[in-house]
Amino acid sequence: MTKAASVKDAAMADPAPHSRSGQKNTVIDIQNLSLTFETNDGPVHALSDIDLKIEQGDFVSFIGPSGCGKTTLLRVIADLERQTAGTITVNGVTPEQARLNRAYGYVFQAAALYPWRTIARNIALPLEIMGLPKSEQDQRIAKNMDLVNLTGFEQKYPWQLSGGMQQRASIARALAVEPDLLLMDEPFGALDEIVRDHLNEQLLQLWAKTNKTVVFVTHSIPEAVFLSTKIVVLCPRPGRIYDVIESDLPRERTLDLRETPEFLKIAHRVREGLKAGHSYED
Amino acid sequence: MNTALKPPNWINSSSLLSAGIVICALAALVTPAFDTGASLFADLPLTLVLLLLAALALVFVLKAAPGAGFLNGPARGTALLDAALGLAILCAAGLLIPLAHQNVGEATGGFWAVVVALWLSAWLFVERIASLQMKDPSLARAVNFAIPVAFGATLLLLWELIVTGAGVPKVLLPAPSEIWLRMTNSVPILWADFQQTFLKAVLIGYALGCGSAFITAIAIDRVPFLRRGLLPVGNLVSALPIIGVAPIMVMWFGFDWPSKAAVVIIMTFFPMLVNTVSGLAASEAMQRDLMRTYASNYWQTLIKLRLPMAMPFIFNALKINSTLALIGAIVAEFFGTPIVGMGFRISTEVGRMNVDMVWAEIAVAALAGSLFYGAIALLERAVTFWHPSIRG
Repeated sequence: MTKAASVKDAAMADPAPHSRSGQKNTVIDIQNLSLTFETNDGPVHALSDIDLKIEQGDFVSFIGPSGCGKTTLLRVIADLERQTAGTITVNGVTPEQARLNRAYGYVFQAAALYPWRTIARNIALPLEIMGLPKSEQDQRIAKNMDLVNLTGFEQKYPWQLSGGMQQRASIARALAVEPDLLLMDEPFGALDEIVRDHLNEQLLQLWAKTNKTVVFVTHSIPEAVFLSTKIVVLCPRPGRIYDVIESDLPRERTLDLRETPEFLKIAHRVREGLKAGHSYED
Repeated sequence: MNTALKPPNWINSSSLLSAGIVICALAALVTPAFDTGASLFADLPLTLVLLLLAALALVFVLKAAPGAGFLNGPARGTALLDAALGLAILCAAGLLIPLAHQNVGEATGGFWAVVVALWLSAWLFVERIASLQMKDPSLARAVNFAIPVAFGATLLLLWELIVTGAGVPKVLLPAPSEIWLRMTNSVPILWADFQQTFLKAVLIGYALGCGSAFITAIAIDRVPFLRRGLLPVGNLVSALPIIGVAPIMVMWFGFDWPSKAAVVIIMTFFPMLVNTVSGLAASEAMQRDLMRTYASNYWQTLIKLRLPMAMPFIFNALKINSTLALIGAIVAEFFGTPIVGMGFRISTEVGRMNVDMVWAEIAVAALAGSLFYGAIALLERAVTFWHPSIRG
């Protein structure tokens, strides 16, 4: 198999592209990665010496205070930023190659729906760019709108929907690409608590159903603990990993889980990590 | 119809206007209207109409007065009163205009009192139909259309009465009726001029100017060094004075419409270029990142994101240019043209003191320019329906 062919396979729906028996596949492999922005006030060390492995089917959260580089790290994975040192592979290839293979779906902080397109046409946008046939597009639109409970709103324009529905539409748009990897940058940050809880539950169900790998940026401790199998605590100046917490919570979760001692124990550890990483500032 | 919504204070603009109408109408009936000493009493129908106006106005005053609830009948009754008011104004105008034409320049106090009464009545009428709240959308649209029509008709009526009554010389300002007469008598000439100036020079120049500016904007966007080289040159061209450029274009492209179209191209190019360039920069970083995550290429991003985002800017330029193009073509005809064209006609008829023909051309130009602008504005509503300024 040529390299190009294997790359293509990785981008397609094949759930185990580099399968080795009894072992999980590494989807994202980051080693000694640093990123320095050159600004007029001198260099800013956005990321420093990041080492991280993310496996197939993981739900990984990046949590940390603003300026810790959690969004930047996600953007490096998505090839929206380039590292200045170190290596990173996504599906075994460079982030750029992975992006060109459409290996991931990216959900932004805001829905970023195009106001001149209906919800259905917004979800069709990546499919048009990929050049899929019309029938395939229609089938994926219907499937993914159903997945995020938006069936019946196909012909509405984004500005006719609530913020929560818009964000669900943007998730459907990311899912329509049918990526194995979902990158989410504080997707629910602008929503109120009730909508957010609801979408968190829906996201977990989706993840359980599809066995996708999710990398999720948040600054909410309950959200990170509730969703994740692995929590990466980052701290700022320079942006670096302070702690990586493997969650032993069951994969099937409901909102009641947040009252249990196990949940509170992990939340406590995350909070301690955030506090320690921050302490030198006070 | 909505008297219940009015503030309790009965001294409002409506009742003040009505009181003014009553006073002016009565004053008109007791003062001589013309230098000949003739009173408007001599004209029985006009007297009756003026009395009707005064009576209607009196009803409006009384309705607004405190404790006059018994006069506030059902909504249909009020609408009937409004219709009667409009009809009375029309009749009064129809009777007064011929009277004024019989006594040009001889108007005195009584005549001016009627003019003021008509003006106040028309004001009251427009105010009343503007406050109507129609539930039926087609009726609401009719009202929305009627307001500017009534407004414009009032202006024309006042223009006609004042110019005729005061005997303003034709050279200074002809009455609308004279302009209208000139227009209806000169349809073939006006049509030929319109064809020459608007259908050829303006439309072709506009399409070429806006089109080439659009293509240049894309080229500038695609090739960065062009932005630094071409934009300043475009800026320079736009700063060229039209009265300097027009004769040169005549020498280059001859007397006929192509030289006028060239002037229009020069005038419309820069607004379109600048607006399209800033429109192409209007997309947000997140939207561009989104296209990047889809591995979208330059043309896909241009067509699916950046051009739609640029549309409000592009339509601004198209609207600005619709009026600029007309001005450019008309002025360019001052510098050499075959013996047809709106600018040619204006410059020659001014020389022959045929000011009514000049006004007729101005009217055609205003009408054509408004319709052109309106057509583009309609297209804009259809294309940028999603923009917050339009979706409302």
